[in-house]
Amino acid sequence: MILRRVLLRLLTTLVTLLGVSVIVFVTIRVVPGDPIAMMLPPGATDDDIDRLRRIYGLDRSIAEQYFIWLSGVVQGDFGTSIQTRQPVLNLVLRRLPATLELSIMALVIAMVIGGFLALTGTRLRGTRTEGAIDVTNGMALSVPDFLWGLVLILLFGVLWPVFHISGRISPNLTSEFSTSFYLFESVFRLRFDLWLDLVSHMFMPALALAIPLAAIIGQLLKQSLKETMHLDYVTLSRTKGYGENHVIIREALPNAVLPTLTLIGVQFTFLIGGTVIIERLFSYEGLGNMAIDAVINRDLPLIQGIVILFALLFTVVNLLVDMLYAVLNPRLRHA
Amino acid sequence: MKLSRRSLLQMSAASVALTFVKPVLAQSIDELVIAYNVNLPSWDPTVGPSAVNPTIQGLYQSVFDQFILQKPDLSPAPGLLTDWGWNEDRTQVWMDVREGVKWHDGSDFTAEDVRWSLERAAREETGNPIQFVWGTLTNHRVEGNRVIADVAQFDPTIFKWMYFLTGYVLPKDYYERVGADGFEEAPIGTGPYMVEQYERNAFVQLKANPDYWNGVPEFETVTIRFVTDATSRVAEVESGGSHVTLEVPYEEYDRLRARDGLSGTHAPVSDIAMIFFNDIDVMLDDNVRKAAVHAIDKQLIIDRLLEGYGVPIHTMQTPEYLAYDPSIEVEYDPDLARELLAESGYSTDEPVRFTIQTTRGFKPKDYEMIQAIVGMWRRVGIEAEIEVYEVARHFELRAADDLAPAAFYNWGNSVGDPTTSTGFAMFGPSPHSVWDSEDLVEKIAPLWAESDEEARIEGWKEVDRYIAENAYVLPLFQYVQPIVHASGVKVTPHASGALLPHLMTRA
Repeated sequence: MILRRVLLRLLTTLVTLLGVSVIVFVTIRVVPGDPIAMMLPPGATDDDIDRLRRIYGLDRSIAEQYFIWLSGVVQGDFGTSIQTRQPVLNLVLRRLPATLELSIMALVIAMVIGGFLALTGTRLRGTRTEGAIDVTNGMALSVPDFLWGLVLILLFGVLWPVFHISGRISPNLTSEFSTSFYLFESVFRLRFDLWLDLVSHMFMPALALAIPLAAIIGQLLKQSLKETMHLDYVTLSRTKGYGENHVIIREALPNAVLPTLTLIGVQFTFLIGGTVIIERLFSYEGLGNMAIDAVINRDLPLIQGIVILFALLFTVVNLLVDMLYAVLNPRLRHA
Repeated sequence: MKLSRRSLLQMSAASVALTFVKPVLAQSIDELVIAYNVNLPSWDPTVGPSAVNPTIQGLYQSVFDQFILQKPDLSPAPGLLTDWGWNEDRTQVWMDVREGVKWHDGSDFTAEDVRWSLERAAREETGNPIQFVWGTLTNHRVEGNRVIADVAQFDPTIFKWMYFLTGYVLPKDYYERVGADGFEEAPIGTGPYMVEQYERNAFVQLKANPDYWNGVPEFETVTIRFVTDATSRVAEVESGGSHVTLEVPYEEYDRLRARDGLSGTHAPVSDIAMIFFNDIDVMLDDNVRKAAVHAIDKQLIIDRLLEGYGVPIHTMQTPEYLAYDPSIEVEYDPDLARELLAESGYSTDEPVRFTIQTTRGFKPKDYEMIQAIVGMWRRVGIEAEIEVYEVARHFELRAADDLAPAAFYNWGNSVGDPTTSTGFAMFGPSPHSVWDSEDLVEKIAPLWAESDEEARIEGWKEVDRYIAENAYVLPLFQYVQPIVHASGVKVTPHASGALLPHLMTRA
């Protein structure tokens, strides 16, 4: 049963990716901005323009270009970046770990902050503290992540320079790694000096991404907890003499967390999307930063590669969340 | 000592601060850190789109030498070529090659490297965007320490291209051994710095070339961080994370250089703001174009929007360029603008209408500038509608000769020759030209092959005068490049706009 559902999801994922690839391929070719016009040197002639179009295969129809590209993709060739003249797949796979690590760190921060706010608000419901938490959540939600980024740069980059403002790691330390998953590798190798340097670079962009998500998690989880606190089984555990902390964490939380989990899954995909601006702001060498350069320079093959990868990430994350939800929710597990 | 929760927190915060960031002190700079405003997409400075991107030439020039050296004032000087010229009847060029120069891998630089670099650039299949220039030389050969080539088509600017886009000497043996991909992984040149580490979209770390023929650079290690966001660059230099940065907003520049420990250097660069006129619609009316030019107070725009950082210009030549003629001046005269428009039946009540296209945020205050210009135009009887587009769209429309009647742009010309400013921007057959009238084509055409240098430059000055008199284009001002740096660093600005670490010393 589960296997059938997974296979069905994989099939829909494939269709989704195909649809995304068609939309992206056509859109970036019909929107204004010709990559050839951008690379014309002074004094180029019409022949030079035609030559460049031929070199980059832009002299063919969009349909022809698409099928050539698609046949390459099937064989693992996503084309060559116009700007860097490097294979697109190599470029995006090299950058993906940086974006994933940043997103995961942001998610962890958001869950910790959001969870703490929700539990505290539930524990102290009806008090001024709960009001303060609601106000904090409202503030965190009303400011977009890139503005939080600017605030953090000002606070922890300039006024009190605790963290690095730009980059992913100090230049002298990159040669220490054998994979592109720097953060995970530093932990596995117990190289906490590297880990500390990575965190000092990553903390501000991750926090900027995490703040709005933390507010959403905090609000939803608190609401869900408060509703659960009125259910009979919670009242029963109280009458058994359990303390309020035990009741909230051990009895109410496992049930209340399920809707939040679904939300986190959805929001995580938005969070990955948010890395585009945040990575640019913090000069963080991830996919998002690369995507902006690709768009500015109309690097069509690279844009296609990045979008397809983002789409793949979104669908995989959603799939994982669905599966996790099925595992955690007994009603679905036994359905 | 009594350890309270408060004191514990304070100590923890302080230790975290000390652990994470070590602010760089101006007086003890061992490793120079530069927050650069653009990314470096590719290392080969002779092929692909990066090769013609003016903003990254400074990075290339840190690692590679050009055939001919360009001094900070844009004038040429002996570099890897110590002397050069044409034969009597201009059918051949000759170039003497410097001896005793080493590549970064320790091998000898030879005349064969120069021959190979020129020949490679001339071959269409190698993908050099300036192939149309290098292809004017053929039959490259080495005779002793001299490289000779036949002139297939005379181009008076051929030696100027040797210190302009794609005019770099690459290592023949090394490149042939490692191939294009290997070169991209580990590039070597003869330049002042050697590439130590490169992380795309992140940084490049350079080590001083101990054998550099033009003197070993003062800073042994230079890290160039690619910080594309202006706010982050400001924060980088303000926090001490970087020693030098460039292209910050002018108001931030004034604020930062007033701070303790920071200084500023600003100088005009070879980049101008201009408005293209397209030879369509109302722009075919001489009075409209001339009125549009006379109605603009350039100095006011510079003072109000650019904090005074800019130099008004009247032709496409700046004072550093070869064909600059200070006697050509188009004065700000709104009354004259009104009279000209009245001659064509336009007034503030019955204004002439057209569209002006501009980027927004591509250059400092570009959109605000166009808003100001539209305001000035409105006062004399021109009602312009602003259309904002991306710079990619500008290139596309310009190549198709499909721009609006007026379009804002910035034109760079780091070689300072009139062919690469007025020439390519105003010569009808060029894909970059917008005003394509026959009268101008006839005036410019003979200058492309003029072999008498003095006559050539005078010819271009005449063309500029003609353009100014007929208002075929609206040059606005020359940009000034703001560089913020730690007080412990002395920065020598280069008029090309290239930020060159080997021109930086300890103050």
